[in-house]
Amino acid sequence: MQASLSNIMANYGTNEFKGGLKIMLDGDPHSIVSNEFVKPGKGQAFARTRVRNLKTGRVVERTFKSGESVESADVMDTEMQYLYSDGEHWHFMNPSSFEQLAADKTAVGDAHLWLMDEAICEVTLYNGQPLAVTPPNFVEMVITETDPGLRGDTATGGTKPAYLGTGAVVKVPLFIEEGEKIRIDTRSGEYVSRVK
Amino acid sequence: MATVETLQHGAQLRTDVRHWMVERNILEVITPVLSSAAVTDPQIESFRAESGAVSTNAFLQTSPEFPMKRLLAAYGRDVYQLAPVFRAGESGRYHNPEFTLLEWYRVGIDHRQLMTEIGQLFHSVAVSFDLQWQADEHAVYWDVVESFLEIPASSIDTRSVARYFADHERSWPQAIDDDLDAALDLLLDEFWLPTLPNERLTFLVDYPASQAALARKRVDARGRAVADRFEVYVGKVELANGFFELTDAEEQLARFEADNRQRQRNQQHPMPIDRRLLAALEHGLPACAGVAVGMERLLMVLTGASHINEVLAFDISRG
Repeated sequence: MQASLSNIMANYGTNEFKGGLKIMLDGDPHSIVSNEFVKPGKGQAFARTRVRNLKTGRVVERTFKSGESVESADVMDTEMQYLYSDGEHWHFMNPSSFEQLAADKTAVGDAHLWLMDEAICEVTLYNGQPLAVTPPNFVEMVITETDPGLRGDTATGGTKPAYLGTGAVVKVPLFIEEGEKIRIDTRSGEYVSRVK
Repeated sequence: MATVETLQHGAQLRTDVRHWMVERNILEVITPVLSSAAVTDPQIESFRAESGAVSTNAFLQTSPEFPMKRLLAAYGRDVYQLAPVFRAGESGRYHNPEFTLLEWYRVGIDHRQLMTEIGQLFHSVAVSFDLQWQADEHAVYWDVVESFLEIPASSIDTRSVARYFADHERSWPQAIDDDLDAALDLLLDEFWLPTLPNERLTFLVDYPASQAALARKRVDARGRAVADRFEVYVGKVELANGFFELTDAEEQLARFEADNRQRQRNQQHPMPIDRRLLAALEHGLPACAGVAVGMERLLMVLTGASHINEVLAFDISRG
């Protein structure tokens, strides 16, 4: 049933273009990063977009004549639970159907730095295969290694590197100690706060 | 949403414009926003006004040009107005479907003289906003195109423009097909616009005859078919469009009909032709030049706003 549903293709006109829209270009699924309505004077209008190839991650500029329509990409964002990595693949499970999927290094990209057991991630599927993995916006992780803290020094605003179990390195305030749990914004890779 | 400072700047700009018009004895007028006729230009889409109660076949104006020309034909004197205008489907950094045009007509002068006046008006409002814009520059449309493509206008087609885009690794919309006007528009937008210095007025003049709209056509000294039409840019922002106005009723009707045929080829609705305008032209429109200035864009340039929403009290999504 799912397969037949996904075969119904929609088309998007340029007036429907917006950031995040998934479209097919040159046989590859793309995501619109930005779209600008261009109409110099009284003439023809265009949609000047920046699109990300969801397979390669490459961002290019594409210009469309206003009124053109483009096939939608059969791309679906699904919430999935991260299970484990076998070194080559990262395994995820759909928490409602219990269906499991393996994402390769290309799909996971830098997200592996923030993947911890049972984290609920957004997995982008193309034709049912994982294309990209987006970790939760905020994660809480334990510091495995950092220089000794400077007690009482909470005001100077200095930072030091802290190492996390996944291989991620985060700049933390000087008073944070090894073994402490911290909250991190995965979009910027920045320390947010200490978790008690 | 505009800040209260921006609203004040908008008010100041309108006051400056009105003073400037009064000093030149140009009469402020108001013409109907609703009309039973509409613009035929395939690149401009009108909103149709609907009413649940009464039967209506009215369109919101996309420009006050037609009724203002009827006033010119009737009274033969200089007129201007600050008019709300509506264009369906135009939304973006420099576009809102509802915006304000400063439209004015001067009897007995051509577009060259009108450009001088526009320069004076723009420099004077700039000064009142403590800005100093550089001296004006004129660029001839075909010269600009030829300078990029390095071939004479007569041998330029969409393939030569497409090749230029490919050579410069720029995206080319295949849908342009053999629409040369669209191809030239995109060429100028991609390659010429970015070269314009900020804080300078640039007049792009002598448009290709195929883009004459309501301007007179002629053949230039180099044998190229051109229109007496210009556009004004401040920095990289297009602010105004003007014509040495077409006064020939027969040719005006032919252009309206050609527009409607093009609309049908594009699978757009043909629009009701303004017969009252044609009657006015028949009666006699004095030789005149006219220009329309986008007031929100002018305010953007004067206040350094980067999006039209910053100068509108409420943009279309909040209207």
